[in-house]
Amino acid sequence: MNDALIIGAGPAGTACAKKLAENGFSVKVFDKRPEIGAPKRCGEGLSEASQEFIGRIPDKCIAQKIKGARLYAPNGRYLDVILSLGGFVLERKVFDKWLAEEAAKAGAVIRANTFVSSITKDAKGYFNGIKGEFFGNEFEEKAKVIVCATGAESPLRNRALGVFSKVSLVDSCIQYEMTNIDIVPDLIHIYLSSELAPRGYAWVFPKGERKANVGLGIIPQDKKPREYMNEFLKLHPELSIGSILEVNAGCVPVGGLVKDMVENGFVLCGEAANHVNPIHGGGIKEAILSGQMAANTIAECLRKNDVSKKALSTFNDTWWQERGKHLKKVEKLRETLEKLSDSDLNDLVDALKPEDIIDFARGGKLSVLAKVLMRKPRLVSIARHLL
Amino acid sequence: MAWNLNINKCLRCGGCVSVCPTAALELRDNIIYDEKICTLCALCEKACPVEAIKVTNQ
Repeated sequence: MNDALIIGAGPAGTACAKKLAENGFSVKVFDKRPEIGAPKRCGEGLSEASQEFIGRIPDKCIAQKIKGARLYAPNGRYLDVILSLGGFVLERKVFDKWLAEEAAKAGAVIRANTFVSSITKDAKGYFNGIKGEFFGNEFEEKAKVIVCATGAESPLRNRALGVFSKVSLVDSCIQYEMTNIDIVPDLIHIYLSSELAPRGYAWVFPKGERKANVGLGIIPQDKKPREYMNEFLKLHPELSIGSILEVNAGCVPVGGLVKDMVENGFVLCGEAANHVNPIHGGGIKEAILSGQMAANTIAECLRKNDVSKKALSTFNDTWWQERGKHLKKVEKLRETLEKLSDSDLNDLVDALKPEDIIDFARGGKLSVLAKVLMRKPRLVSIARHLL
Repeated sequence: MAWNLNINKCLRCGGCVSVCPTAALELRDNIIYDEKICTLCALCEKACPVEAIKVTNQ
């Protein structure tokens, strides 16, 4: 009998595994992909400050060091937000594998190419194991706790807890990894426009002097991200001259944070619980924090030999206290921004100062942003939504 | 009434799986579809980033 079985060897699953293994618990991680980290479904951006809870990220995982972000209004004017601590554009295929290696070094067992088909329950209704498949051979494993860290794109979270993403609360995304393009490589570039990327944005995340993830996410609709991407590239000859090395797609949760993430013997964490930043769709930081917090609760429950829903619900309390409250606020900001027309966005980028954005990203009050918006008479009604 | 996947367009991103309310879809080498539990709600068609899914419900 294992202490814990984790489904999914992404950042949430391996963060959870590492912490549990460090605490002396036996843990196995299954991932259906033949290669951990591939295919990527991600812009690959991460703040440098995230190393506080990840540890020092080795150079091999970093494609490009970033000083800050350039935020473009629909009219092309932009605002540079330079951070005191910058960020990285990662090589996810290397980064995720490194995270998995760290978990393995701590004592966790990692199994790639291993598909989990179902999660089993005992007679008392406690989740108690998984059924899986490795090279077509079926197997079963038992554990005291099952952790579902599958990301959003698995039906297991739905079958276990009834969790799925509301279609209105995902951004449908497409991304090309491009090379031989003309870019400013030490900034990430964010293009706001309610017409060119309704509800979402277009991005250029550099991965070298002339290489970047070029992507776009929108609210799901009949007109597909691929069409919006074509239009975006037409407007940007400095990008459309390039070559396409890789095409990625996906639906990123930008809301619908799951209230209750536990059941008897069961924990949902990371993107499977929609733990993603609703304003930019970044999920790596939230996944790792979520996996670590889940592990802290699970470790405590295993020590007390009580993995009931009640005992595991400490994870709900700590996650909502530490991350959920903040992300809920960010979601409110996203809801406000999506009401803005292109002309409002032009006014907004003109009105904001870099400090305003940094302050907000650090969890500053929405009322501060509202005051900034109120400097422009046209934005007063939108500002009121924030108060 | 039918759910159709164009495998030449599909990027196997699993976006359709994440929005399926009945867990009728699963991402393996391909998208696995369970017609017994699908309600033909077409949310997967809406979410798909590349027009790989077509649902006809008449």
